[in-house]
Amino acid sequence: MDIQQKIHATVTGNPVVLYMKGSPQFPQCGFSARAVQILNACGIKEFVAVDVLADPEVRDGIKAYGNWPTIPQLYVNGELVGGSDIMTEMYQAGELQKQLEPLANA
Amino acid sequence: MNVIEQMRERLAVLAPESIDIGDDSHLHAGHAGARDGGHFRLTIVSPRFAGCRTMERHRLVYDALGPLMKQGIHALSITAQTPEEIRSTS
Repeated sequence: MDIQQKIHATVTGNPVVLYMKGSPQFPQCGFSARAVQILNACGIKEFVAVDVLADPEVRDGIKAYGNWPTIPQLYVNGELVGGSDIMTEMYQAGELQKQLEPLANA
Repeated sequence: MNVIEQMRERLAVLAPESIDIGDDSHLHAGHAGARDGGHFRLTIVSPRFAGCRTMERHRLVYDALGPLMKQGIHALSITAQTPEEIRSTS
Protein backbone atom coordinates (compact mmCIF):
# COMPACT_ATOMS: atom_id res chain seq x y z
CA MET A 1 0.00 0.00 0.00
CA ASP A 2 1.59 3.31 -0.97
CA ILE A 3 1.34 6.44 1.14
CA GLN A 4 -1.63 7.90 -0.74
CA GLN A 5 -3.60 4.66 -0.33
CA LYS A 6 -2.66 4.55 3.34
CA ILE A 7 -3.89 8.12 3.90
CA HIS A 8 -7.05 7.41 1.94
CA ALA A 9 -7.73 4.35 4.11
CA THR A 10 -7.20 6.41 7.28
CA VAL A 11 -9.45 9.33 6.36
CA THR A 12 -12.23 7.18 4.93
CA GLY A 13 -12.05 4.58 7.70
CA ASN A 14 -12.49 7.05 10.56
CA PRO A 15 -15.13 9.75 11.05
CA VAL A 16 -12.76 12.45 12.32
CA VAL A 17 -9.06 12.55 11.48
CA LEU A 18 -6.67 15.38 12.29
CA TYR A 19 -3.24 15.48 10.66
CA MET A 20 -1.20 17.58 13.04
CA LYS A 21 2.23 18.31 14.42
CA GLY A 22 2.70 16.51 17.71
CA SER A 23 -0.07 14.78 19.65
CA PRO A 24 -3.33 16.18 21.07
CA GLN A 25 -1.68 16.08 24.52
CA PHE A 26 1.56 17.65 23.30
CA PRO A 27 0.97 19.65 20.13
CA GLN A 28 4.21 20.90 18.56
CA CYS A 29 2.70 23.88 16.78
CA GLY A 30 0.25 26.62 17.75
CA PHE A 31 -2.01 25.97 14.77
CA SER A 32 -2.25 22.26 15.60
CA ALA A 33 -2.97 23.13 19.26
CA ARG A 34 -5.81 25.39 18.16
CA ALA A 35 -7.27 22.68 15.92
CA VAL A 36 -7.35 20.23 18.85
CA GLN A 37 -8.97 22.82 21.13
CA ILE A 38 -11.67 23.52 18.58
CA LEU A 39 -12.43 19.81 18.12
CA ASN A 40 -12.70 19.42 21.88
CA ALA A 41 -14.97 22.47 22.08
CA CYS A 42 -17.21 20.80 19.47
CA GLY A 43 -17.54 17.76 21.72
CA ILE A 44 -15.09 15.61 19.74
CA LYS A 45 -12.98 14.01 22.44
CA GLU A 46 -12.00 10.93 20.51
CA PHE A 47 -10.57 11.29 17.08
CA VAL A 48 -7.70 9.89 15.09
CA ALA A 49 -4.72 12.20 15.36
CA VAL A 50 -1.83 11.56 13.00
CA ASP A 51 1.47 13.16 13.98
CA VAL A 52 3.11 14.17 10.71
CA LEU A 53 6.40 14.90 12.45
CA ALA A 54 6.71 11.17 13.17
CA ASP A 55 6.84 10.29 9.46
CA PRO A 56 8.19 12.56 6.69
CA GLU A 57 6.39 10.43 4.11
CA VAL A 58 3.03 11.23 5.73
CA ARG A 59 4.00 14.89 6.13
CA ASP A 60 4.55 15.28 2.38
CA GLY A 61 1.89 12.74 1.45
CA ILE A 62 -0.94 14.53 3.23
CA LYS A 63 -0.12 17.82 1.49
CA ALA A 64 -0.45 16.06 -1.86
CA TYR A 65 -3.52 14.05 -0.81
CA GLY A 66 -5.48 17.10 0.30
CA ASN A 67 -3.92 19.38 -2.32
CA TRP A 68 -3.40 21.63 0.68
CA PRO A 69 0.06 22.95 1.55
CA THR A 70 -0.23 23.34 5.30
CA ILE A 71 -0.79 21.35 8.48
CA PRO A 72 -3.04 20.85 10.46
CA GLN A 73 -5.66 19.35 8.16
CA LEU A 74 -9.03 18.17 9.43
CA TYR A 75 -10.91 15.40 7.61
CA VAL A 76 -14.52 14.58 8.47
CA ASN A 77 -16.06 11.50 6.86
CA GLY A 78 -13.24 11.44 4.34
CA GLU A 79 -13.59 15.08 3.27
CA LEU A 80 -11.01 17.79 3.88
CA VAL A 81 -12.65 20.49 5.99
CA GLY A 82 -9.61 22.76 6.13
CA GLY A 83 -6.85 24.02 8.35
CA SER A 84 -6.99 25.88 11.64
CA ASP A 85 -8.07 29.25 10.16
CA ILE A 86 -11.05 27.61 8.48
CA MET A 87 -11.87 25.59 11.59
CA THR A 88 -11.81 28.80 13.66
CA GLU A 89 -14.01 30.64 11.18
CA MET A 90 -16.51 27.76 10.97
CA TYR A 91 -16.55 27.39 14.76
CA GLN A 92 -17.22 31.09 15.25
CA ALA A 93 -20.06 30.87 12.73
CA GLY A 94 -21.46 27.79 14.51
CA GLU A 95 -21.06 25.67 11.35
CA LEU A 96 -18.42 23.28 12.60
CA GLN A 97 -20.42 22.34 15.71
CA LYS A 98 -23.37 21.56 13.43
CA GLN A 99 -21.27 19.43 11.13
CA LEU A 100 -19.62 17.55 14.00
CA GLU A 101 -22.68 17.20 16.23
CA PRO A 102 -23.65 13.73 14.97
CA LEU A 103 -20.09 12.56 15.68
CA ALA A 104 -19.64 14.13 19.12
CA ASN A 105 -18.70 11.81 21.96
CA ALA A 106 -19.62 13.55 25.18
CA MET B 1 13.33 40.60 -3.03
CA ASN B 2 12.21 39.46 0.40
CA VAL B 3 9.44 36.95 0.97
CA ILE B 4 6.75 39.56 1.64
CA GLU B 5 7.54 41.34 -1.63
CA GLN B 6 7.43 38.01 -3.46
CA MET B 7 4.08 37.22 -1.84
CA ARG B 8 2.65 40.56 -2.98
CA GLU B 9 3.91 40.02 -6.49
CA ARG B 10 2.41 36.53 -6.75
CA LEU B 11 -0.91 37.54 -5.16
CA ALA B 12 -1.36 40.22 -7.83
CA VAL B 13 -2.98 37.51 -10.04
CA LEU B 14 -5.99 37.65 -7.70
CA ALA B 15 -6.49 41.35 -8.55
CA PRO B 16 -6.62 42.33 -4.88
CA GLU B 17 -8.06 45.62 -3.68
CA SER B 18 -5.82 45.40 -0.68
CA ILE B 19 -3.17 43.14 0.79
CA ASP B 20 -1.89 43.33 4.31
CA ILE B 21 0.92 41.01 5.34
CA GLY B 22 2.25 40.72 8.87
CA ASP B 23 5.40 38.85 9.79
CA ASP B 24 5.05 36.83 13.00
CA SER B 25 8.31 34.94 12.49
CA HIS B 26 9.90 36.44 15.59
CA LEU B 27 7.22 34.75 17.73
CA HIS B 28 8.37 31.37 16.49
CA ALA B 29 12.13 31.78 16.31
CA GLY B 30 13.85 28.58 17.32
CA HIS B 31 10.90 26.24 16.92
CA ALA B 32 11.48 23.25 14.70
CA GLY B 33 9.69 24.35 11.54
CA ALA B 34 10.95 27.92 11.64
CA ARG B 35 14.01 27.08 9.57
CA ASP B 36 11.95 26.27 6.45
CA GLY B 37 10.53 29.77 6.35
CA GLY B 38 8.61 32.49 8.11
CA HIS B 39 5.25 32.73 9.83
CA PHE B 40 2.99 35.23 8.12
CA ARG B 41 -0.47 36.69 8.52
CA LEU B 42 -2.27 37.70 5.35
CA THR B 43 -5.41 39.78 4.98
CA ILE B 44 -6.46 40.02 1.36
CA VAL B 45 -9.50 41.66 -0.20
CA SER B 46 -10.39 40.67 -3.74
CA PRO B 47 -13.57 40.52 -5.84
CA ARG B 48 -12.35 37.08 -7.01
CA PHE B 49 -13.47 35.58 -3.71
CA ALA B 50 -17.14 36.32 -4.39
CA GLY B 51 -19.20 33.14 -4.41
CA CYS B 52 -16.31 31.06 -3.00
CA ARG B 53 -16.40 29.27 0.32
CA THR B 54 -13.58 29.95 2.75
CA MET B 55 -11.76 26.81 1.70
CA GLU B 56 -11.89 27.73 -1.97
CA ARG B 57 -10.59 31.20 -1.10
CA HIS B 58 -7.66 29.72 0.77
CA ARG B 59 -6.95 27.42 -2.15
CA LEU B 60 -6.85 30.42 -4.52
CA VAL B 61 -4.33 32.06 -2.20
CA TYR B 62 -2.20 28.91 -1.91
CA ASP B 63 -2.28 28.40 -5.67
CA ALA B 64 -1.19 31.99 -6.27
CA LEU B 65 1.68 31.68 -3.80
CA GLY B 66 2.80 28.44 -5.48
CA PRO B 67 6.41 27.54 -4.69
CA LEU B 68 6.60 30.07 -1.84
CA MET B 69 4.44 27.70 0.21
CA LYS B 70 7.26 25.16 0.00
CA GLN B 71 10.12 27.55 0.44
CA GLY B 72 9.93 30.91 2.18
CA ILE B 73 6.63 30.43 3.97
CA HIS B 74 6.41 27.96 6.82
CA ALA B 75 3.04 29.04 8.18
CA LEU B 76 0.37 31.34 6.85
CA SER B 77 -2.76 32.57 8.53
CA ILE B 78 -5.27 33.80 5.93
CA THR B 79 -8.20 36.18 6.07
CA ALA B 80 -9.74 36.42 2.59
CA GLN B 81 -12.69 38.71 1.99
CA THR B 82 -14.55 40.37 -0.85
CA PRO B 83 -14.83 44.17 -1.11
CA GLU B 84 -18.58 43.84 -0.39
CA GLU B 85 -17.92 41.95 2.85
CA ILE B 86 -15.50 44.63 4.02
CA ARG B 87 -18.04 47.36 3.34
CA SER B 88 -20.88 45.51 5.07
CA THR B 89 -18.84 44.98 8.27
CA SER B 90 -17.40 48.49 8.53
